[in-house]
Amino acid sequence: MPRRRFGSNAGGWWAMAKARASRLRPARFDELGLKRAFAQRLLPLLVAAMAFLAALTLAAMLATAGLARHWREGAGASLTIQVPAPEAPAASGGGSRADAALAVLRADRSVLEARRLSGAELDRLLRPWLGAAPETLGLAMPAVITVRRAAGSPGATEEGLRARLAAAAPGVLVEAAGAWLSRLAALARSLEALAALALLIVGGVAALVVAIATRASLAARREALEIIHGLGASDAYIAGRFAGRATWLAAAGGIVGTLAALPVLALLARLAAPVAALTAPAGQGLMTMAGAVMAASVWLASLPLAAAIIGWLTAQITVRRWLHRLP
Amino acid sequence: MIRFHEVGLSYTDGVESDGRAGLVLRDISFTVPSGGFRWLLGPSGAGKTSLLRLLTLAVRPSQGEAVVLGQPIHLASRHALALLRRRIGVVFQDFRLLGHLSVFDNVALPLRLDGRPEGQIRADVAEMLRWVGLAERMAALPPTLSGGEQQRVAIARAVINRPALILADEPTGNLDEAQAERLMQLLIEMNRLGTSVIVATHQTGLVERYAAPALRLERGRLVGDG
Repeated sequence: MPRRRFGSNAGGWWAMAKARASRLRPARFDELGLKRAFAQRLLPLLVAAMAFLAALTLAAMLATAGLARHWREGAGASLTIQVPAPEAPAASGGGSRADAALAVLRADRSVLEARRLSGAELDRLLRPWLGAAPETLGLAMPAVITVRRAAGSPGATEEGLRARLAAAAPGVLVEAAGAWLSRLAALARSLEALAALALLIVGGVAALVVAIATRASLAARREALEIIHGLGASDAYIAGRFAGRATWLAAAGGIVGTLAALPVLALLARLAAPVAALTAPAGQGLMTMAGAVMAASVWLASLPLAAAIIGWLTAQITVRRWLHRLP
Repeated sequence: MIRFHEVGLSYTDGVESDGRAGLVLRDISFTVPSGGFRWLLGPSGAGKTSLLRLLTLAVRPSQGEAVVLGQPIHLASRHALALLRRRIGVVFQDFRLLGHLSVFDNVALPLRLDGRPEGQIRADVAEMLRWVGLAERMAALPPTLSGGEQQRVAIARAVINRPALILADEPTGNLDEAQAERLMQLLIEMNRLGTSVIVATHQTGLVERYAAPALRLERGRLVGDG
């Protein structure tokens, strides 16, 4: 159909009308009235609460994962060896049993460090049980050797090492942390799984909150929706308007919740710092903490994005399903 | 072109709660060629509004075949129906304006949904509002307008994108004689330029003044076409 003009042109009036019209459209055209209809305070508040919980859960999950890794790679790779009658001749006949055990250990490829505790160190260890001067009791003290092995050294290697130590120094006792560490590792894995489940639940609740808010605003704007739909708005257009609003509100809630969690996490990190320093390998406590904080920061920064994605996706699905009641 | 063949419409899947067939329209067959003009006549409850709802694509037929502007609406996809609605201008009896939007934005809505450039929208809407005599009220909200003014906004919105089909439900009901005359002239002019027009009305004077074929409905059936 050819373009045509309605009625006659009215010169100056026309220019004035055009100038006025150019000022009429708001910067963000809101034909569905969603700025008022969408739960613009309640939704961000609830999503913020979810993001806060998610941040704490995420931090707990990362901390548990860090502990499990430390147990696997650190304490799990350490051995304590007791050599009874350390100054007695070795089985090979040359040198003491303690020296023979140390030689066996130092010759093993999986052993990174083997160190015999000094008499003073032994006294300090035994002081709680034997008092300040254990030598006065006349007890035969064994030599104690601490061993740090390469992470992930296989059990077969440990068995071979035990056999070689027993051959060099009869009666030697090898205490590996493996048994209780495997239980601790299982516990840590369970905690990680629980934390992941909790995260899923928090995400699910956030989606539910967005869905309920979306349905409420659909009900509130039903008449406007029917008008827009009748004028030819597609499902994608209408769902996009709702999803845009939900995304913005959910992201805002995600940012607020994550920011609110930061002081709590900082406090927890501060409380955990001495423990991290104690349990980390010598001199690596600060590095371990810094790494954990870095990892946590990356994950925490993703929470508002996750909230936005949940908001967008949930609103899209909710609105498109609702629109199917219209032809 | 509009072609209905044995179309039936039910709001209750064809069966009322008491077991009777619940068709509000039955065996409706008619054709309106491109550029045709039809009055839609009948007493209250005859099914005029239901037929208009079918033509405005607010419902799909429960029976039969219905083709609107070449599209079989009983088969068309949701997206195809949405695109088709943009080619249909509707003037509702109850106006159906968005109360939170200005007069300007209400009239601009079909153009924005169609993705027209904002510059063109501003020019066309300003011109249209001037034509319907609402240029001074383009920033007003519909609830602050009189019934007649709201009717004129609804008319402006219906014709702003030069639709291929205009449907009007009692369009002159809230207008004074001069405005009603002006509206009829607009509809006739658009019809002359190729737009199909169907007007539902009770006003026999209007039908007598503007002679055109009529679709007559009674108790959900088409009893006259011509």
